[in-house]
Amino acid sequence: MAQSETPKLDELEKGPWPSFVTQMKRAAAKNPAAKDLLRQVEKSYNDKVGHWKHGGIVGVTGYGGGVIGRYSDSPEQFPSVREFHTIRVNHPSGWYYKTDALRKLCDVWDKHGSGLTNMHGSTGDIILLGAPTKEIQPCFDDLSAIGFDLGGSGACLRTPSCCLGKSRCEYSCIDSMDLCNDITHTYQDEIHRPMWPYKFKIKISGCANDCVASIARADLSIIGTWRDQIQVNPAKVREAAAGGLDIQAAVCDLCPTKCMSWDEKTRTLTIGDKECNRCMHCINLMPKALRPGKERGATLLIGGKAPIVKGAILCWVIVPFMKMEAPYPELKDLLKKIWEWWDENAKSRERIGELILRVGMRKFLKDLGLPPAPQMVKEPRSNPYYFWSAEEIEAIRAQKHS
Amino acid sequence: MGRTDIGPPDYRNFMPPVIQKNYGQWLYHEILKPGVLMHVAENGDKLYTVRVGSARLLCTDFIRELCDVAEKYCGGYLRFTSRSNIEFLVSDESKVGPLQQECVARKWPIGGTGRGITAIVHTQGWVHCHTPATDGSGPVKAVMDALFDHFGAMKLPAHLRISLACCLNMCGAVHCSDIAILGIHRLPPKVDNARVPKICEIPNTVAACPTGAIRGNLKDKTVEVNEERCMYCGNCYTICPAMPIADAEGDGISIWVGGKVSNARTAPMFSKLAIPYLPNNPPRWPETVAAVKKIVDVYAANAKQYERMGEWIQRIGWERFFSLTGIPFTDQHIDDFTMAQASMRATPQFKYS
Repeated sequence: MAQSETPKLDELEKGPWPSFVTQMKRAAAKNPAAKDLLRQVEKSYNDKVGHWKHGGIVGVTGYGGGVIGRYSDSPEQFPSVREFHTIRVNHPSGWYYKTDALRKLCDVWDKHGSGLTNMHGSTGDIILLGAPTKEIQPCFDDLSAIGFDLGGSGACLRTPSCCLGKSRCEYSCIDSMDLCNDITHTYQDEIHRPMWPYKFKIKISGCANDCVASIARADLSIIGTWRDQIQVNPAKVREAAAGGLDIQAAVCDLCPTKCMSWDEKTRTLTIGDKECNRCMHCINLMPKALRPGKERGATLLIGGKAPIVKGAILCWVIVPFMKMEAPYPELKDLLKKIWEWWDENAKSRERIGELILRVGMRKFLKDLGLPPAPQMVKEPRSNPYYFWSAEEIEAIRAQKHS
Repeated sequence: MGRTDIGPPDYRNFMPPVIQKNYGQWLYHEILKPGVLMHVAENGDKLYTVRVGSARLLCTDFIRELCDVAEKYCGGYLRFTSRSNIEFLVSDESKVGPLQQECVARKWPIGGTGRGITAIVHTQGWVHCHTPATDGSGPVKAVMDALFDHFGAMKLPAHLRISLACCLNMCGAVHCSDIAILGIHRLPPKVDNARVPKICEIPNTVAACPTGAIRGNLKDKTVEVNEERCMYCGNCYTICPAMPIADAEGDGISIWVGGKVSNARTAPMFSKLAIPYLPNNPPRWPETVAAVKKIVDVYAANAKQYERMGEWIQRIGWERFFSLTGIPFTDQHIDDFTMAQASMRATPQFKYS
């Protein structure tokens, strides 16, 4: 029997978790690029470094992004991955598929590329992993023919993503899927033609559980919420208690604002909605008994990002409550203002969060015409270094002279 | 030529009939057992979801297998989750049992729901990334093999999300995970003075450095690195390919703990440094696997029900976390970047161990 070329990777075929090596080998059995990928990754496992060079500019006619160029740094050893570019394909909202569409996608990819994919990449796109330059345009043409388009890459609007929202989740306060689909189709130009200082990501979660990690990862985070009372079904509350849930300890005691009380005798749960922060903990624990309120919309937060360059940032509140009803005119109005202001003021590769922290919320709010609100801050400033506007100073000086 | 700007396919065409009919009308859900959800609509219709663990890297033939199973049990409908698991969507209750048996027969693990561990979100690593300090899929496979029992059970105090990033670019929410596995470099970049003038844009390279460790040398059209200021983030290499930073002996893995993205009970939290360095040891990264497993075990044994890792540590104090896990605390754990003051303890409220 021939000795394996990939003994280190072979080791990762053992064990109960599904093996990516098995996936690569299946593709390698019928595709030389997948085979060379396998062999190059094995080399990485021996060398303990990667073997990919920075990508050059690769793309399709009419777009400035959507394809990530990638070249092997050892093409004489691995000729079939000399060019091994990635195509980002915009996924359907909520990552739902019908099998006939998936099968067509697989056929297109087998025709043009390695046969390897990521379902899905971190931003949400379908990743078609590994095609040479000459196949990029024909692959795109075939993708377009079966109804798929590319996602964003570079200094553009990246592919928006969302939780599955109203398609299955009873918690969802907004139609996250429709909103995601709507803004994706509205902003095709911004997605495909990079024209901004850097990337901009929008992620939409239907409730504060934030199952797409929007606050952690998005430049603009949209979190579904309500502003009236949690809907309580008293019979189902009693049922939950009878079923063994310790409502006092598990629900009331863990409420961050301590706004709930449980009367053991009457088996009644009272929620002081005016004190409620809408954190979702109680609803999470009693989905049959509790539901979000009826007056629904979204909280908008801005500025999230990973560490490079100035440090990781979690989004912060800029609009406490905005109604989210198609075609979402208020949101689109605000997005336009944000993007114009960011484009106008940012340095190269400066994310919106970094820009606002550099020039100050004062300038951001003033330039966009957004009212300051205490909901935007955890606490007011503790340093006394605050400014008065030029007009206010002029007025003070005028007072002095009168 | 292909039509441009058509956008993604309409998701409405990809949802199974029971979802089309009950969109926005779901009443409640139950987790029937690990990996099996039942959602009930206001009119009584039921939707069963069988969640299957998966690698993120899939070949087309495997996707076709998923399609075979979806056609057999689900009328041809399936979805993927935000953490790359697969969900089969079933409206016919009689098919739920046989579907699970099919998955078991194919060794597709069912689980990833509730208060347990689900699939690890990760990046490309050595499979495709040009700036990796470690691999993505390899450590993920090794760690999930070791924690596999948690995937099919819901026995932890709360959800435990593990993520991996092959470098500081963190192409995922590694900065807010209960346990984060982060590839790091430990040596400054090596400037190739012959290549920099040909391919690098010097002001952008200088601006790329978070600590101002790079200076332009306009005479020789290259850059100089003040090695004492460099903390090996690698962003300069992203901007300037002529100053590579990857190094087989220098690179490795750091472990971070206590992050969360959800807003339930407490606000989102960043992950904090637990272990500054573990070596890259392919193919199984035993040091990383052992460290992650230890942290999971200590958390499981000590946290109260519903306490996420970060909430547990907030309650017991970081000194107690380090003593329970036996992880050494070093000067590297203490912040010295821009927001350092916010992380200091401005009170004598602490435990002695």
